[in-house]
Amino acid sequence: MTVGIVMLVHTALNRAEQVARHWAAAGCPVVIHADTNVPRSVYNAFRKSLSDVDIVRFSHRHRCEWGTWGIVAATQEASELMLKEFPEVRHVYLASGSCLPLRPVQELKDYLAARPKTDFIESATTADVPWTVGGLDSERFTLRFPFAWKKNRYLFDRYVALQRRFALRRKMPNGVTPHMGSQWWCLTRQTLSAILQDPERPVYDRFFKRVWIPDESYFQTLTRLYSQHVESRSLTLSKFDFQGKPHIFYDDHLQLLRRSDCFVARKIWPHANRLYRAFLTDAEGALKRTEPNPGKIDRIFRRAVERRTRGRSGLYMQSRWPNSGWENGATCAEYSVFQGFSELFEDFEPWLARMTNIRVHGHLYGPDRVEFAAGHEVINGAISDSAAIRDYNPRSFLTNLIWATRGERQAFQFGPNDNQKIIWDLSKDANAQISVISGAWALPLFNSNRNFGELRVEAAKMQKIEAKFLDALRSPYAKARIRIWTMAEFIEAPMEPLQMVIEELGIRSARRLSEVPKMVDLTGFGQFLQNLKNQGMHPYLMGDFPAASEPAPRVAKKPKPYLVQK
Amino acid sequence: MGVVQSYRLRLQRKRWLIRAFRKRRELRNVSDRTDQIRKRDILLFSTMRNEKIRLPYFLQYYRDMGVAHFLMVDNDSTDGTREYLADQPDVSLWSTTRSYKRSRFGVDWLNWLQMRYGHGHWTLTVDPDEFLIYPFCDTRPLSALTDWLDASSIKSFSAMLLDMYPKGRIDAEPYKAGQNPMEIASWFDSGNYVISRNKRFGNLWIQGGPRMRVFFPDTPEKAPALNKVPLVKWDRKYAFVSSTHMLLPRGLNLVYDEWGGEKASGILLHTKFLHTFGDKAAEELSRKQHYSASVEYRAYAETLQENPDLWCRWSEKYINWRQLEILGLMSKGNWA
Repeated sequence: MTVGIVMLVHTALNRAEQVARHWAAAGCPVVIHADTNVPRSVYNAFRKSLSDVDIVRFSHRHRCEWGTWGIVAATQEASELMLKEFPEVRHVYLASGSCLPLRPVQELKDYLAARPKTDFIESATTADVPWTVGGLDSERFTLRFPFAWKKNRYLFDRYVALQRRFALRRKMPNGVTPHMGSQWWCLTRQTLSAILQDPERPVYDRFFKRVWIPDESYFQTLTRLYSQHVESRSLTLSKFDFQGKPHIFYDDHLQLLRRSDCFVARKIWPHANRLYRAFLTDAEGALKRTEPNPGKIDRIFRRAVERRTRGRSGLYMQSRWPNSGWENGATCAEYSVFQGFSELFEDFEPWLARMTNIRVHGHLYGPDRVEFAAGHEVINGAISDSAAIRDYNPRSFLTNLIWATRGERQAFQFGPNDNQKIIWDLSKDANAQISVISGAWALPLFNSNRNFGELRVEAAKMQKIEAKFLDALRSPYAKARIRIWTMAEFIEAPMEPLQMVIEELGIRSARRLSEVPKMVDLTGFGQFLQNLKNQGMHPYLMGDFPAASEPAPRVAKKPKPYLVQK
Repeated sequence: MGVVQSYRLRLQRKRWLIRAFRKRRELRNVSDRTDQIRKRDILLFSTMRNEKIRLPYFLQYYRDMGVAHFLMVDNDSTDGTREYLADQPDVSLWSTTRSYKRSRFGVDWLNWLQMRYGHGHWTLTVDPDEFLIYPFCDTRPLSALTDWLDASSIKSFSAMLLDMYPKGRIDAEPYKAGQNPMEIASWFDSGNYVISRNKRFGNLWIQGGPRMRVFFPDTPEKAPALNKVPLVKWDRKYAFVSSTHMLLPRGLNLVYDEWGGEKASGILLHTKFLHTFGDKAAEELSRKQHYSASVEYRAYAETLQENPDLWCRWSEKYINWRQLEILGLMSKGNWA
């Protein structure tokens, strides 16, 4: 008893010849079908080259266009020839010219001999399979497909639409349940001959001639009628990418293929010399009785498909430029934005850096230069501190920075003096943690030594800018984690908000803060606001400050027992 | 994109092709070995001037990669470039003394050669200082990539220009003919590239790197474009519009995924900054044959006199393609 190989070839005939010889040398009869697209002269030379091998046969040639009946017809005819010519064959293995046996043929023979009644064919009902190209699954069977998908895409699509529009459907013959699966199977003589010699075969053939991609459903469906024991998997390792075309194996997959313990792999790049050399020189079979285990290869190809379809979040580059809303995350990691904190606290930035292990920048969007942490001129990714470069594309600046520093959380200050073109990107980014003390921009004005008239104009401008930012943060499109306090609210009990912000950053210990930053002196600030009001400018973003009578809020003054003040 | 717009682009493409056809007369054939070209060969097209010192390594690099034939235009070299190329067994050479600028920086000449010889071939269009890196280039020849692109029905392959530079003065270590230029210029900027989309041609416009960081910190809009599409399954109806930055028909510029995924892409290592650069910049300044009155070269000359070091603390040293892929400069896409 042995296994017979039915081989469908259409290109790289020299490789097909090599593999056919390999099978035959191990005592496996081979029936080869060559596509009619192969020119006659090439085909004749190919036949001649194999004429010295007595257990190789050639079957009648059909035209095998992808997704059409020709492939099934070719398989049927080659299988019939195999069963007729080689009575000692018990299993028939369907392979292609770009398949490569990975394990010694004897191991395959032993494996099949130990399972004499088992048919290895991937066969699942249409409801259960996710892999469909062109969005067709059960419709593959209920519609008609006279036009080739690859060549007449337009007619194909129009005709499908037409049939859908008029609800034209076909019934399965004799009520069989349609199944689909990998084209590459290994069937027993009993099952295969039952399919090929079925008196109803003309009925099935007529039906499947108009099914789309019948090579993935004809045998898969009919096997279910006769098989005593279907093992629904293919012995051929064959991975498909998201467009339904097979992944190709190259020389650098050698170790991976070795360790997969699969019997046959497809599809092999015809110029992968190392693979052909390694696997066709039948090394002393270690006669492992292991089951195929393609786990690692599965993982690699699954990751490749994921990279192609979802990509790396937060990365913008020459071959990934998602349309708005398709980014899978506008940036690649979480980061924090603080507005008003460094105005209210004298040493907020060094304090934050001390309390947490994140990198704290100054005003990255500041008007004169990019204030990187520690005053650096260049930072990860060789990002420059030039304000002109940053303002040339504020969004790229942010996404680049977060991408280049991945692994280390970033925080930066923001304010009404900074470039505001970035506000919507910040507000819509789910990775941003934005904390705002509104109205704190007034403090530098309050402490500055400028004419009051100028201050008034400046304050009005700042208030307008911050109000716009707050609108963006409160819009229904905002996705960032946002906290907004008015200044009055904040200074009433600064510990709680600080604690909250720090906790969200994932500080090392969740204990109470051991140290608080030093708040600027607010004596007279209420009067300052009142003066602005008296001049006709209404500062409202800082909340309700008591007027001059009670200048500084108590909280900042009164030391609490758990605070260590500098 | 409306019908009118498409039609305009179509007319523009025809115009470039007619122009290329007319400019063919400027080319004088020096050595024609195009009868060696076989049906599935990968062809390399390049135009150059005074690059003899770079050629031995350049030719070897691409021969090893699997390029079968080189089609070169020599623009009035005086350093023996022409004689050197004419002696190479796999190079077909044309020469011209006409204006580089008036041929749209060589694009017209190459469009003509591609129309004539490139039809149906995978064509690689690179300068002598550009070295293509693609996923798995250390283990798979270029034909593995083009076969895969064919099987995936992809007609064009993107490779961003990555400026390489030495640490220290760029003229500190002189480059010797035949040497791997990446041994000297082995550093690059890993993550300061800014991208926007060109609505009209559909391509991405990428700028950044050391040239923007050092030469154009105050006028970043003047920094040169880095997006390139050097590898194309050529059809005689195609035309490069501006260097290899963009092509027509515009579908060829869609080398990026718009729905969050990554398409496969490569990198062109750009080894402009070797010791030869100083002379080159001086010459180009006097010839004024480069883009927008050689503004680029003027900025280089000014900056390099003061501080000729492009290196910074965050420069990355080049290792291999996997490093570039991890940094997010190129991608394997779904090629595994």
